[in-house]
Amino acid sequence: MSQIINVEHLNYRYPQQSESELTLHDVSFSVTAGEWVAIVGHNGSGKSTLAKNLNGLLAPVSGKITVDGQVLTEDTVWDIRRKIGMVFQNPDNQFVGATVADDVAFSLENQGVPRDEMLKRVADALAQVNMSAFATREPARLSGGQKQRVALAGMIAARPKILILDESTSMLDPEGRADVLATIRQMKADSDLTVLSITHDIDEAASANRVLVVNDGELVEEGTPAEIFQHGPALIKMGLDMPYPERLKAALKRQGVTVPATYLTEKGMADWLWQLISNK
Amino acid sequence: MMNKLIFGRFIPGDSVIHHMDPRAKLLLSFYFIGIIFIANNWPTYVLLFVFTLLAIKLSGVKWSFFINGVKPLIWLILFTVILQVLFSASGGHVYFHWGIITISQLGLINGVYIFCRFVLIIFMSTLLTLTTPPLELSDAIEYILMPLKVVHFPVYEVALMLSIALRFVPTLMDETEKIMNAQRARGVDFGEGNIFQQMRAVVPLLIPLFVSSFNRAEDLATAMEARGYQGGEGRSKFRILKWQARDTWATLAFAVLTAALIFLRA
Amino acid sequence: MAIDFKQVDFTYQPGTPFATQALTDINVTIPDGSYTALIGHTGSGKSTLLQHLNALLKPTAGTVTIGDRVITPETSNKDLKALRRHVGIVFQFPESQLFEETVEKDIAFGPQNFGVSEADALKTAAEMLDLVGLDRDLLQRSPFDLSGGQMRRVAIAGVLAMAPQVLVLDEPTAGLDPQGRLDMMEMFANLRYERHLTVVLVTHQMDDVANYADNVIVMDHGKVVKTGTPQDIFKDPDWLVAHHLGLPKTTAFAQQLMARGIQFDQMPLTEDQLAQALVQQLPVQQLGGATDDE
Repeated sequence: MSQIINVEHLNYRYPQQSESELTLHDVSFSVTAGEWVAIVGHNGSGKSTLAKNLNGLLAPVSGKITVDGQVLTEDTVWDIRRKIGMVFQNPDNQFVGATVADDVAFSLENQGVPRDEMLKRVADALAQVNMSAFATREPARLSGGQKQRVALAGMIAARPKILILDESTSMLDPEGRADVLATIRQMKADSDLTVLSITHDIDEAASANRVLVVNDGELVEEGTPAEIFQHGPALIKMGLDMPYPERLKAALKRQGVTVPATYLTEKGMADWLWQLISNK
Repeated sequence: MMNKLIFGRFIPGDSVIHHMDPRAKLLLSFYFIGIIFIANNWPTYVLLFVFTLLAIKLSGVKWSFFINGVKPLIWLILFTVILQVLFSASGGHVYFHWGIITISQLGLINGVYIFCRFVLIIFMSTLLTLTTPPLELSDAIEYILMPLKVVHFPVYEVALMLSIALRFVPTLMDETEKIMNAQRARGVDFGEGNIFQQMRAVVPLLIPLFVSSFNRAEDLATAMEARGYQGGEGRSKFRILKWQARDTWATLAFAVLTAALIFLRA
Repeated sequence: MAIDFKQVDFTYQPGTPFATQALTDINVTIPDGSYTALIGHTGSGKSTLLQHLNALLKPTAGTVTIGDRVITPETSNKDLKALRRHVGIVFQFPESQLFEETVEKDIAFGPQNFGVSEADALKTAAEMLDLVGLDRDLLQRSPFDLSGGQMRRVAIAGVLAMAPQVLVLDEPTAGLDPQGRLDMMEMFANLRYERHLTVVLVTHQMDDVANYADNVIVMDHGKVVKTGTPQDIFKDPDWLVAHHLGLPKTTAFAQQLMARGIQFDQMPLTEDQLAQALVQQLPVQQLGGATDDE
């Protein structure tokens, strides 16, 4: 499998920071095409800054970023932006179009896609996120979850190779969050999309193949979700919710119960408890 | 709060007027304001009213919306009318005279004409905004400004700015209400006290509103850049406007109206 | 201070073509000293009800009794201010209400509107900063230089500075990271005891309802559809799903266990309740306290 994103020794500081400070310090990692990688970290750890470096929205102090074989420079930045779709946190502040269909078409207009093809791609994309009935609606009449699904439809229509989700579900209610996550899973299943999701949400992190933990601008750990989730109560410090089985394990420990150290899924946890109780 | 305003609101509908090309509607509305000034006697004003009321009837929008459209402006209109009656050139029978103030027959008639002009202009522009979504209006403005591209006027950018501004109006209205509520909960009285107190009460509303608008603008710019926006050149258009037979008919109707006005005027 | 709703209706823009009824026949009491959770899916009427708690909105029919003040549709807007001092509302994303040059002045803004002298208000500001767990060094800083989490705490301090008897919280943890959410909820639980507050929490987080509330009001389509203790509300999972509401994580997990045949005398709502219930059923050799293979 080929590497679609490669980051080497990335350093970044905001213009207002002093010379000695760095928001990102010597970050290196790579992502394989078709992979789903979750980036976790507490607020202010630098994970959103990292995402914005990948498509040149922010320019690093030093380091090398390669996306789909192209090294990110001033000359390649617009090519690379076409390859990366990005959905941000606030559903309102990224809705450019005056109606749902207009918003979905925005990237296509920027690329100069002919109108006939645009109409088809917009209609298809809206159908995929289940928003066809809302095509002529104005954003003010949509819920947060619906707006984020429209943003995803915009990505489907623009056909990027990589999708970056920058806390895209964090401002939604549980229903909206579940809808958006289901849509992302569907998108992933329909194509060989590479997904990078920056999140605190345990369900979103659990969907990933790999989890990267960012703390104070450095990459401190990486592993499969099961490996990372074993940290139990320490996960909260890493900026991630605790998976329910870990919460229950901690509570059982407080009651003096011996619990397995390895990470158990909910089903695994239920199996384990049932086995103990039914064999008593 | 702002919902009381009728002017500038769009009422969805399925009438001929709703389906007209917004360019036709916009240009004809301006044209109408121009030809009002041809009218100078009763038959011409009656004709204009009949024409306007017919257009309103065709739109299927309730009369009450138009009456409500006039209400907020009624004092301004009456003030202008009274000035006109009292100070305009006199003629005909003089009913009252004191210093520079004269109430004459001609003055009164002029006052009524001015009142009619106001009402006609408000009715027609209310009809335009009630039957045309703001977005279509901004499209129409873009087309109308297109010739200015010759002098390097950034027509596409201005049109996009306009459409984004329109799209954020409801968002910012919600935001305003939210911040107002938060400050009222902290003991601010909006709209009470003397003018000085009222001005002070606006500060805790305006500053947060500015801060949040700037944050939104920054987020929006980032999102637009991430989605490949590099300015107006080389973009294709998703929404296009179509001139149809009904627009030609409407234009003809206005031409006939103009001819009739010229024929009937004194 | 108790708040009581009797046959309350509320209609937005009554008598206009845009009239919409948001609340219908609300009869509910928020008992003095309770920690009441107000739940319901988006658009169920929660925020409209919330704005009645300090008379930001007046009912279009019925009465709301806040402490000893009775609010009816006829109540004049003039003297509602005193009331607002007793019911503090922390709106969603409250950091957006900050506007002063310094943290100190912003916190002192509320009390001064209610006639507290500037000197007293500034003194209170410093105390409030302790209360929300921020360092006094921040007093002279601009609120706009702080991190998101700190700004939110300053905004909350600004509400607490009015010394309200009822504290209303509208999704106070939205947008915070897990550590921030946990700290915030613990802070409110402590404040409740230290300041003897009645707390009203509007939330989508059923775990917070299970962990902190002692009284729950469920809304749907502008009506109150259920009230009771968390135990009463969560014992019927199908009913909750029908009203677009979730379950606390523990209750959902307990359902999986019940499906396999494990039984509980009472539906567990928190992981500690579940752990206690399980301990009684687990074999003795499991009660060593250590972790396997460690």
